[in-house]
Amino acid sequence: MNPSSGSVVFQNVRKTFGAFTAIHDLTLTVDPGTLVTLLGPSGCGKTTTLRMLAGLEHPTAGRIIIGGKDVTMLPANERDVSMVFQSYALFPHMNSLENVAYGLQSSGMNKKEARQKAEHGLELVGLAGLGNRLPAELSGGQQQRVAVARALVLEPQVLLLDEPLSNLDARLRRRVRTEIRDLQQRLQFTAVYVTHDQDEALAVSDKIVVMKDGEIAQEGSPRDLYEAPASSFIADFIGEANVLPCEIIDVSGAQATVSIEGLQHVVPARGARAGRGKLAVRPSAITLEPADDAAFAGRISHAAYLGDHIEYEAETSGGTLFVVDPMVDRPLSPGTRVSIGLKTRGIALILD
Amino acid sequence: MNNRNRRLNLVLAVAVAAAILLPWYRIERGFYSFSWLGDFPQTDATAPGILQLFLHGRWWLLAVFAALAGAFAARFVTEPMRRGRLLAWAGGIGIFLLALQGLAIGATGWTWTISETLFGQLANGQPSMGAGAVVTAFAFILIFSFGLAEQGVMRGDAFVVSIIALLIFLVAIFVFYPIGSMFVGAFQDFDGSVNFDGFTRSITDPSIWSLDCVIGGQRCGVAWRTFFLAIMTAAGSTALGLAFALVATRTRFPFKKGLRLLTVLPIITPPFVIGLALTLLFGRAGVVTQGLSSLFGVEPSRWLYGLTGIWIAQVLSFTPISFLVLIGVVEGVSPSMEEASQTLRANRWRTFWRVSLPLMKPGIANAFLIGFIESMADFGNPLVLGGSHGVLSTEIFFAVVGSQNDPARAAVLAMILLCFTLSAFLVQRLWLAGKNFATVTGKGDSGQHISLPRPLSVAVHMVVIPWMIFTLVVYGMIIFGGFVKTWGLDNTLTLTHYAKAFSVTIRDGSIAWTGVAWNSFWTTMEIALISAPLTAIVGLATAYVIVRQKFVGRNLFEFALMMSFAIPGTVIGISYIMAFNLPPLEMTGTALILIACFVFRNMPVGVRGGVAAMSQLDKSLDEASITLRANSFRTITKVILPLLRPAITAALVYSFVRAITSISAVIFLVSAEYNMATSYIVGLVENGEYGVAIAYSSMLIVVMVVVILAFQLLVGERRLRRENRVAGLAKPEVPAFSQEKTA
Ligand SMILES: Nc1ncnc2c1ncn2[C@@H]1O[C@H](COP(=O)(O)OP(=O)(O)O)[C@@H](O)[C@H]1O
Ligand SMILES: [Mg+2]
Repeated sequence: MNPSSGSVVFQNVRKTFGAFTAIHDLTLTVDPGTLVTLLGPSGCGKTTTLRMLAGLEHPTAGRIIIGGKDVTMLPANERDVSMVFQSYALFPHMNSLENVAYGLQSSGMNKKEARQKAEHGLELVGLAGLGNRLPAELSGGQQQRVAVARALVLEPQVLLLDEPLSNLDARLRRRVRTEIRDLQQRLQFTAVYVTHDQDEALAVSDKIVVMKDGEIAQEGSPRDLYEAPASSFIADFIGEANVLPCEIIDVSGAQATVSIEGLQHVVPARGARAGRGKLAVRPSAITLEPADDAAFAGRISHAAYLGDHIEYEAETSGGTLFVVDPMVDRPLSPGTRVSIGLKTRGIALILD
Repeated sequence: MNNRNRRLNLVLAVAVAAAILLPWYRIERGFYSFSWLGDFPQTDATAPGILQLFLHGRWWLLAVFAALAGAFAARFVTEPMRRGRLLAWAGGIGIFLLALQGLAIGATGWTWTISETLFGQLANGQPSMGAGAVVTAFAFILIFSFGLAEQGVMRGDAFVVSIIALLIFLVAIFVFYPIGSMFVGAFQDFDGSVNFDGFTRSITDPSIWSLDCVIGGQRCGVAWRTFFLAIMTAAGSTALGLAFALVATRTRFPFKKGLRLLTVLPIITPPFVIGLALTLLFGRAGVVTQGLSSLFGVEPSRWLYGLTGIWIAQVLSFTPISFLVLIGVVEGVSPSMEEASQTLRANRWRTFWRVSLPLMKPGIANAFLIGFIESMADFGNPLVLGGSHGVLSTEIFFAVVGSQNDPARAAVLAMILLCFTLSAFLVQRLWLAGKNFATVTGKGDSGQHISLPRPLSVAVHMVVIPWMIFTLVVYGMIIFGGFVKTWGLDNTLTLTHYAKAFSVTIRDGSIAWTGVAWNSFWTTMEIALISAPLTAIVGLATAYVIVRQKFVGRNLFEFALMMSFAIPGTVIGISYIMAFNLPPLEMTGTALILIACFVFRNMPVGVRGGVAAMSQLDKSLDEASITLRANSFRTITKVILPLLRPAITAALVYSFVRAITSISAVIFLVSAEYNMATSYIVGLVENGEYGVAIAYSSMLIVVMVVVILAFQLLVGERRLRRENRVAGLAKPEVPAFSQEKTA
């Protein structure tokens, strides 16, 4: 593991702006050398959390600890973290080398050494030789990499990234996120990554922290969140889900038998007890068969062909279902009456 | 912690040095003469603070040094919050006590009777504060700021806290303390005792408030005359400005570029020059007067000297400012609104009267208020043209310098003037705020402004063209007048005026500046060159604080600063004399008082420009710099300042030029040693030496044009090669500032 990477702890941190509370009582741990994503809808307090970690905002209450040291009252420039801004915030009057060397020189390194190190940093992100370009003379993706290099050369205990990909086009986004993850795995630094895009979060994280209205809704590995969402909010936010009411008939050991609209199904119990419950069903976990008569019946109301799959909406007695069907060779036209079935994977009991 | 101790050590060391190595009190012959070095540190006049305390019986300084000792003790407290609190208290109490003892104990003992009855008489008083006391004051401010920063104020940024504290301190001393002293002065006798007689006598003086003229009497009081003049000038310049703006945007007038040039004129024209040129045209010996007299036998009269003449001069002077304000307003009316009106079957008249004009109304009101404030504050034109029919600003002047020598009356007049301008300013700020719907949306409003209805177009042309010609003639007079022998009597061309003012002879291989103007010219240049960068620094620092930092009372701070704009120069002048003529701070007769006056009068312009430019710099640039381990100081010097270069240049040029042209405050503050060009010229006018005065004025105008052009050339070169996020930072043109000009 990278010797400089440190852990991050938030202890009961609260942040208010005037009468508005942006963060309620946040407690969170980030292990050294891991990449943790803060995920959530816009306005839920991700940026505020990150800025408190950077020292750009001070918490109203609570403590922040980086690498075992309490930094709650420490000014931003004395903290051992660095940040990649959403807008990159490259200094427009300095070329990329000067941008990358800026932080090194601020920390007291002499000019020559700083330049050498900065060149190395640019090399690391694949920009060797572009040191004398001004930010305005670089493409969006290159600017983004300069911003990453500028933050990384300081070898901070924690690297902070605030929606680092939001200014890139869709194709580039996929490539750069892989690069960032590779770099993080290679250099083993601790990173806190903010995004509102769940695909991005699933792709890069060791741990995802989902936030909602200034609070943590759930934290866990990408797989945990996808397969065992704690609430219908999480289920729907991470990878979309149909939330259906169900009856829990029987719990035996780790398994529970549930009934939805007369259909019986076995799912992981997750500590639920018999009674009424809710089920999160992924769109791809639903099968549709044309049939005039079925236990769980529905009618196709919309269909959209998307190349490798077809998206359907089906009206049922339990509400509208959203279905992703890989069988593109057998399209179902709107109006068709169907029988609805469930696959074994992609279905989870929700506990809220 | 290390860093915190280092800066605190430095400041404490400076404070100690100030207390033992510098003369505590003001040196009569000037600190920089270093004549005090010979006597230092024994004599009463030169002793440092610590010896004043022990050897010269200034026991009250003990309180000040106790606060300093408190700061020393706090330095060794380890618990950070407690240490911060102690430091803040030590610094705060220190500065408070220092100010209090300075105000309470004057040259002969207690200043206030209450303290005398409480503590008994003092054996000896104290002179004004000198180097030691001033340095100690700054040290206290810094200790106070460090203390706050260590408690986490402004996210613990000591640099920012210090800047804010210093700015508030300086503004308090150089803006609010003088105004306060002036108010107090209105209630004081010559010996300093409280006396309401002077105030009552002045405030009820019929020569100020009489409304005789309304009921058929001779003259109204000076307050009403000034008010009436201001209304007329505001109306005149707004109407003309609007006509110019309409011509420039909604007609096919061929000389639009030339019209825009007009806006530069008020910046480079010393405020009395228009009045002077009018004298040359319409005075008793003026060309027009003489021409009419010889052609038609019209008796030369003195009609120009009085409100009519001042009115003409002011309308000439302020029309360009109003034009500048209104052209933005007129252009700001979205063409699509006018097009919409036309598609709704309105003809051009109806569109203009029902859509365009109502949309411009708030802007017109704004131009009116600016004209009103300008006229109220104007000093140069009334001085040249007023004769015995003065306005408030000149009456204030004559109340102190003339035979009257009645400071209480001057203070009362200044208070009245201040009430007028501040009311207008408050109306402008509060009532008009947010009322301007004619704003450019930035959406690239396509479409064209409709042209004016034909009769209106003819009417505005008929106003604009003669006025333009008139302006040209007046400025032509300024150039030409310097080359004529004796105006009106002997119109032969000559260079003698220039020679008298600016002659140079080579004597014994060295240059001798024999012209009469050189002395004041070089003083002016020197003081302008010193005050320009200071103004820019203070202005931009303030802008930084206002735009980038959030602190309690920030809005109040900004408002107070902007309000200082509405304080007429005459009021500043009189208040500076009243505040800085006696202990605890004595600066009259020095270059320092002129510099302070320029810095704090011109600073709001730097603030405006800086705020505009800085709001366009993405805040994440600063934050990025901070998270890259840079402190605020490095952030400012390496990131913000380089990106603000155009705003800096504009602030520099503006304050330089303003220091050269202003007269109203300056005329109170000049001394034999430090005479400024403008007050020297006014002296020439008073002696009837019009030729030299005009020659000197046109020389100043030429110098300023050269300076402005040189600066423009320098700014022309930008470092950012391609369009990018800061390229939107429009180059603030120098003329844009003139709407803030107050004489
Ligand atoms: N400086 C501020 N002043 C007032 N409210 C703020 C400030 N910064 C953020 N907020 C509010 O706090 C909430 C969380 O903001 P933010 O952390 O930026 O959300 P996001 O999750 O989209 O990054 C939002 O409602 C925002 O309006
Ligand atoms: Mg955000």
